[in-house]
Amino acid sequence: MALIDVKNIVAGYGNAPILKGLDISIKKSDIGVIVGPNGAGKSTALKAIFGLLKTTSGEIIFNGQEIKNSLPDKLVPMGLSFVPQEKNVFTSLSVNENLEMGAFIRKDDFSDTLDEIYEMFPPLKEKRNQHAGELSGGQRQMVAMGRALMSKPSLLMLDEPSAGLSPRYVIEIFEQIKKVNASGVGILMVEQNAKQALAFASKGFVLAQGKNSFTGSGQELLNDEEVAKSFLGG
Amino acid sequence: MSLIVKRAVFLYSALFILIIGVGLVLGAPFTVRLCVEAAAYSLIALGLNIQWGYGGLFNFGLMGFVMVGGFAVTFISTPLNMEFWNSDGPFMLLKVIIAAMFGAALIIGANKLPRFGIRGKAFRAAQIFAWITAYIIYRSQIDPAASYIEKTSTFVGGLGLPVVFGWVFGGFLAALVAYIIGKICLGLRTDYLAIATIGVSEIIRALIKNMDWLTKGTLTVSPIPWPVPKPQDFQAMGVENSLSFILARASFLVLVVLVVLLALYLVQKAYGGAWGRMMRAIRDNHIAASSMGKNVKSRQIEIFVLGAVLMGVGGAILTSFAQIFDPGGYQPINHTFIIWVMVIVGGAGNNYGAVFGGIFIYIIWVMSEPVSQMLFINLSAFSDGFGWGAIPDIESRSLQMRVFVLGLVITLALRYAPKGLIPEVIHQQKDEDKAGIK
Amino acid sequence: MNELIFFFNKVIISGAVLGSIYALGAIGITLIFGILRFAHFAHGDMMTMGAFITFLLAGAATAFGFTAPLPMGFMVLPIAMIIAAIFALGIDKGFYAPLRARGAKPVTLLIASIGVTLMIQGLIRLIFGVKSRSFFVSEPKNIFRIDVPFFGATRPISITEPQILMILVTIITVIALHFFLTKSKFGKAMRAMADNADLAQVSGINTKLVIRVTWIIAGALAAMAGTMLALDVTLKPDLAFNIVLPIFAAAIVGGLGHAWGAIAGGFLVGFAETMAVFNWAILLRPFRENLPLWVPHDLSIVPTEYKLTVAFVILIIVLLIKPTGIFKGAST
Repeated sequence: MALIDVKNIVAGYGNAPILKGLDISIKKSDIGVIVGPNGAGKSTALKAIFGLLKTTSGEIIFNGQEIKNSLPDKLVPMGLSFVPQEKNVFTSLSVNENLEMGAFIRKDDFSDTLDEIYEMFPPLKEKRNQHAGELSGGQRQMVAMGRALMSKPSLLMLDEPSAGLSPRYVIEIFEQIKKVNASGVGILMVEQNAKQALAFASKGFVLAQGKNSFTGSGQELLNDEEVAKSFLGG
Repeated sequence: MSLIVKRAVFLYSALFILIIGVGLVLGAPFTVRLCVEAAAYSLIALGLNIQWGYGGLFNFGLMGFVMVGGFAVTFISTPLNMEFWNSDGPFMLLKVIIAAMFGAALIIGANKLPRFGIRGKAFRAAQIFAWITAYIIYRSQIDPAASYIEKTSTFVGGLGLPVVFGWVFGGFLAALVAYIIGKICLGLRTDYLAIATIGVSEIIRALIKNMDWLTKGTLTVSPIPWPVPKPQDFQAMGVENSLSFILARASFLVLVVLVVLLALYLVQKAYGGAWGRMMRAIRDNHIAASSMGKNVKSRQIEIFVLGAVLMGVGGAILTSFAQIFDPGGYQPINHTFIIWVMVIVGGAGNNYGAVFGGIFIYIIWVMSEPVSQMLFINLSAFSDGFGWGAIPDIESRSLQMRVFVLGLVITLALRYAPKGLIPEVIHQQKDEDKAGIK
Repeated sequence: MNELIFFFNKVIISGAVLGSIYALGAIGITLIFGILRFAHFAHGDMMTMGAFITFLLAGAATAFGFTAPLPMGFMVLPIAMIIAAIFALGIDKGFYAPLRARGAKPVTLLIASIGVTLMIQGLIRLIFGVKSRSFFVSEPKNIFRIDVPFFGATRPISITEPQILMILVTIITVIALHFFLTKSKFGKAMRAMADNADLAQVSGINTKLVIRVTWIIAGALAAMAGTMLALDVTLKPDLAFNIVLPIFAAAIVGGLGHAWGAIAGGFLVGFAETMAVFNWAILLRPFRENLPLWVPHDLSIVPTEYKLTVAFVILIIVLLIKPTGIFKGAST
């Protein structure tokens, strides 16, 4: 059964819609990757799902429930989590406090989850009382992901997680994403680093001008000549 | 565009009818006086429209400019105080001016030190030293001078020149103050600028109120002469009492209306031309404008100063009309906030809107008192009839109603007509055509 | 030695009292700015309104025959704070929330808050008239005089009961606030929202609830500050109008959005005011015979009439040199 099923959504800011009829479907075991040229509406798709902008038509069904235009404070308890591309940590709060904020909606004792996150991202453990703003780019990305995982989501959405990271951190982040997926969390991410991301994607969505252009497994898309020609570059 | 013009014509006509109505109820002498004051306020509102509507500058200290204008006309047109000129006062003031110039030279000199290679901590220390020294030297001269003048001749008096000179000087002095403030404060972000300007105007108020030797402080200066014959002059010619008031005030009104029309014409002309377009471009997008090479900061100072001129003239007119300069009578509510309500309700960015707002809001402001007095009296009679007793202090309470009404008007305006009753006309179509964009 | 005691009374005690008032007011301003991103000009009038609510409650309590070991105004303060908090919520719901929903700019909200100021001012004057009132009509204001029987001092240190209460209450509030903001989940959520409102929303934090709590705290603290001020001086409608700007100065000096900064800023401005108008020449009096004649008798930095301008000058200096404040607060 699909974890999330986005059907034919039209969404955007103000009068001009950016998404003009988009379909995305992910299962819990999937790592879904959205790629495409700039302006195609990749980030917009994630923001539309998360209720950060208006979806004027279509359906967004998560775990069997229609969630179109619902606000984040309803979606997070339902099991959805989002890591924005920029400004994705609370710079004046400590690493530990950042993670605590991720668990805001939880009413139970979350210290186990906290330990799990520190296991996943060892560098954060020694910096747990430092302000997140003082960390390097790669470590910040870890905090951002950790914060999103604290709510124990069933679907984790990430907007360009490798943006601005050095190659070493890019590999590490992608490894973490694979591990998270292996632990039973569905992944839906937007990536500029198309080739690297599609390499481990179980489902790939190529967007162009607000609509689906190609859809298939990551490997299929990598091998497809047309996809390679139109924008993978070579 | 013609929709807004139609609306403007409608609103101005309605305003005219309102004024006639007020005249019928409260009498002609009162109404003419109301009109003079409203016209002066609309001049001040026009000034704010230039600063905020065109420049996007958040001036919350405009009361300072109005006070400066009031002071200017007082200083120029009050008769000479021979006691002062015959005493040592002028000589002591000369020493003060020299001390101030010396102090200013010290400060400017200190600012130039980096050119001689003195930077960093030493530079800062030198600056602080210059400021402190200048202040001490200035105080050493002004304190004895001030107390001497206050003791011997009360205050410096005026220059005895024609009143209209005083109005012009009001504009000039306000411009000078605006230039200094602008140079210092205009780099700040919008709401910081608001707070800074409030602070500055409070400083100006404290200075004017306490410099008794210059302004007579809370003892007030009066009577300040008129540029046209006064009611008393008409009475001396045999004109009946109430008619003399009407005639005198009406002649004053004519003069003020001329000033307002002149200002309106000049500003409107500038707005329509290249200068106005550039100003609006800067207001709408600082960053883009400065990347195109426009010196944003100097333009902003220009706008600030220009608006201040109108405020100074308006303040001067108000003071000479009232014939009394009372520093204690300036309250931020009456002289700053009310202007903001005028511009926002009237329409920021539209000169006719600002003038309309000026007149309309002033009428509401003044009329709130008698209207609420009537309400209170009726309520009081009602509650008295019920045995609850009359409402005490009706008079002073009705006065306070004005404040409440003002606040109510501005909150309603922000909620339901944020662009004002006569909003800015966006020349988008024309500009785009000129640029050849479809 | 008398001179030193005079200094202590006039500068240290007065400075601490003034600083406490400024600090309590500035905390509200800085929280509202940090979380709601606008300068809440009506805060001064919220303080005045709080004081008047306390006045009404205290009068009612005395009329009903209650007596208390502490000033009645102080005893009814908790209730007044609750009422003031409710008012604050109402004001937000009625005036600011609709503008926020429309995406209004901070400048618009500032103007709206000025409209609210005017309305509250008008209402207070309407209902209560313009006269000054005292909290101490039916009970005395206790003044404590502590004698310092050494070093030849004949002057006592004098401090009034409301002043002691004020300083104590401020200390307790500061400590409570500190624990709330650093140890409680909700306090951290408030800091998170002040840091990055969008991310706070994305994390699932109930931003509407945080905003409500912010107004509750701001309203309650304003009532506390206003009541304390009225207990110390006197109660009149424009009580807090003169205070608005020093409070803003305090909040900006401390870095907007940082509660500790606001507290520090409050005391800084408070002490700066008392020190600036103090005639330092008085401290030189014991040495008068040994000093050259040209040392003036009045060494105050500014004359007393200019006391309020001290805060403004500090404000302008800070805005020009370091707009983000001592503790590096928000500037956008």
